[in-house]
Amino acid sequence: MARTTISGTLAAFALSAGTLIGAQGALAQSSLSISCGAVGVELELCKAGVEEWSQKTGVEVEIVSTPNSSTERLALYQQILAAQGDDIDILQVDVVWPGILGPHLVDLRAYDEQAGAGHFEALIANNTVDGKLLALPWWTDAGVLYYRSDLLEKHGFEPPETWSQLTEAARTIMAEERAAGDDDLWGFVWQGKAYEGLTCDALEWVDSFGGGGIVGADGAVTINNPQAIAAIEMAASWVGDITPEGVLNYDEEAARGVFQSGNAVFMRNWPYAWALAQGDDSPIKGKVGVVALPRGGENGSHTGTLGGWNLAVSKYSKNPEQAVDLALFLTSKAQQKQRAISSSYNPTYPDLYSDADVLAANPFFGTLEETFTNAVARPSAIVGDKYNRVSSQFWSAVHGVLGGQEEAGPALAGLENSLNRLSRRGRW
Amino acid sequence: MSEATPSSHQARRVRTAWLFLSPMLIGLAVVAVWPLARTVYYAFTDASLTAPGDYAFIGAENFAVQDGGYWYGLLADPLWWTSVWNTLVFAAGSVAIEVVLGVILALVMNAAFPGRALFRAAVLIPWAIPTVVSAKMWAWMLHDQFGVVNHTLMTLGLIAEPVAWLANPDLTLLSVILVDAWKTTPFVALLVLASLQMLPKDCYEAARVDGVHPIKVFFGVTLPLIRPALTVAVIFRLLDALRVFDVVYIMTGNAESTMTMSVYARQQLVDFQDVGYGSAASTLLFMVIAFLTALYLTAVKADVVREGR
Repeated sequence: MARTTISGTLAAFALSAGTLIGAQGALAQSSLSISCGAVGVELELCKAGVEEWSQKTGVEVEIVSTPNSSTERLALYQQILAAQGDDIDILQVDVVWPGILGPHLVDLRAYDEQAGAGHFEALIANNTVDGKLLALPWWTDAGVLYYRSDLLEKHGFEPPETWSQLTEAARTIMAEERAAGDDDLWGFVWQGKAYEGLTCDALEWVDSFGGGGIVGADGAVTINNPQAIAAIEMAASWVGDITPEGVLNYDEEAARGVFQSGNAVFMRNWPYAWALAQGDDSPIKGKVGVVALPRGGENGSHTGTLGGWNLAVSKYSKNPEQAVDLALFLTSKAQQKQRAISSSYNPTYPDLYSDADVLAANPFFGTLEETFTNAVARPSAIVGDKYNRVSSQFWSAVHGVLGGQEEAGPALAGLENSLNRLSRRGRW
Repeated sequence: MSEATPSSHQARRVRTAWLFLSPMLIGLAVVAVWPLARTVYYAFTDASLTAPGDYAFIGAENFAVQDGGYWYGLLADPLWWTSVWNTLVFAAGSVAIEVVLGVILALVMNAAFPGRALFRAAVLIPWAIPTVVSAKMWAWMLHDQFGVVNHTLMTLGLIAEPVAWLANPDLTLLSVILVDAWKTTPFVALLVLASLQMLPKDCYEAARVDGVHPIKVFFGVTLPLIRPALTVAVIFRLLDALRVFDVVYIMTGNAESTMTMSVYARQQLVDFQDVGYGSAASTLLFMVIAFLTALYLTAVKADVVREGR
């Protein structure tokens, strides 16, 4: 008896709540949920953008916070989507995920034929699987090198052109500053934890030496080559020398924590760290510069792993039309311009790179052109849904070398062997 | 009640017993037997999390299969054996530390001293904090650059430069073991304390009259008397330690130097979406735990029998 009353009350309550929202919004809709990352200022930006759309449409949007580690975020999505859950309508997806999450995402062009127009062609191609546009580019990324302009100037160094110049500059500055009493200063911090971030960093080292991607365009495993071995050996030699050993457990935010508190000369990170390092509460405000990552020797090239995030709509969403509308709004040119100016997120519209306001806020955008044109993509398009395994084996092998358990040569030979096994048995 | 034949009386008692047991048995079947059976079943398939309904039987290929001169499968995967080894080291290390410290703590808590109630409550705090929270807290405290542990040790002059507790592959497993010991020692202490409080007083009085040294009293009287409680505590802790996941995953993620069997199984199941292979790993994990527990119980039993003689 009591039970009926309670559920009756609940139903009445839900009904009245429904009419309230219905009266408020033009479309009698319940609500949407969107997942946003929380690295740096991502979450605040996401809230602001979503709020703007909510005001416009009257639809309530809930923001679901997700883990900072991209590996864990993917795992969370996969669990929700495999259960066909509608917990998240709009997913913030990494540039390597469309191939993995494809079966769970809607074709955005089925809702708006113009979706994707004006973005970088390469990004749209990356997000198109079997002719379906599965995600809209939100911002693009490539690894860049941050340096302490004050320290470089003080010790008479130019921003490094090659990795060996970086090593030398870092070693000298560290030694001299430490001798002067700054015991906590390190030379170079980056992402060395056993996760996706290490795959990005290590791919940059290898590519800057001309060691190729992990897998060639034809699917052949190419990682076991002298340049790649030299690159990984170089990185391993940093650990304990110019790089704290703790880097083996650092992700983006841990590296930024060390750099932004003034305890590192160089840092490899994504462009998002620029606005934060130059923020009003940053101890190193005005003492930071950004350049493309160094070349691996004289014949190497400047490179950067292509990253970036996109918005996709879950197939299990109850309100796909509105979800697509929100995704289109957040990835629109106006929104991306705001984000670029306020927080240095790289827009995915080529014309915004010549926009005077954007360049005024981010003077380094222009100088990074070479990085963006030479960016190296992770092999997700080639290896498809095996990508997670490939990446995991790659970062594990590199992590082992960095930690000193193995030499680079045998580690990469072992990696080649196991990737060959993986691809022969699978269908990459 | 009066002249019923013993056998029918017995049969009725058995029926009643089953009746009373049935809710429990049904509950167990639903929450334990069924999932376990499904896991074992999936271990022989190529099921994937992307399309969980669409799979085929592949026999024992998830465990071992030869193809083109190479062995594939769980038993041929060096990482699996690394994770088995890590798990065993973790279990042996953490349980040993916890038992020793737990007994000492229990003896202290059992003694009468001012502020005992407060002390007992304080000891339980690590056990009361959720593992996720305490593991993350420790990860920050052990951070090589701004962690409080390095700061303290350096201020005291015990180390010359910061130690990368969670990054140096030689130290990570040790760090994780110590954090686990910090968290679960109170649990062992509590079980031992309960048994200490039920010990007969006369043995101790006799020992005191005879003037036996306290350390001898501990090994001669206390330890044998609390042995049943210790056995139970060790079994609980061993089972827990062999399936450890949270503390390891939060502190060091998927790093190979600390990967345990559960972390391995999770990586296969969740990161790689390979339900078949991950289930095979979970099944082996279950068998390893069952085997070790049986081994331990047999050893304890043999020990008790020998002592009894």
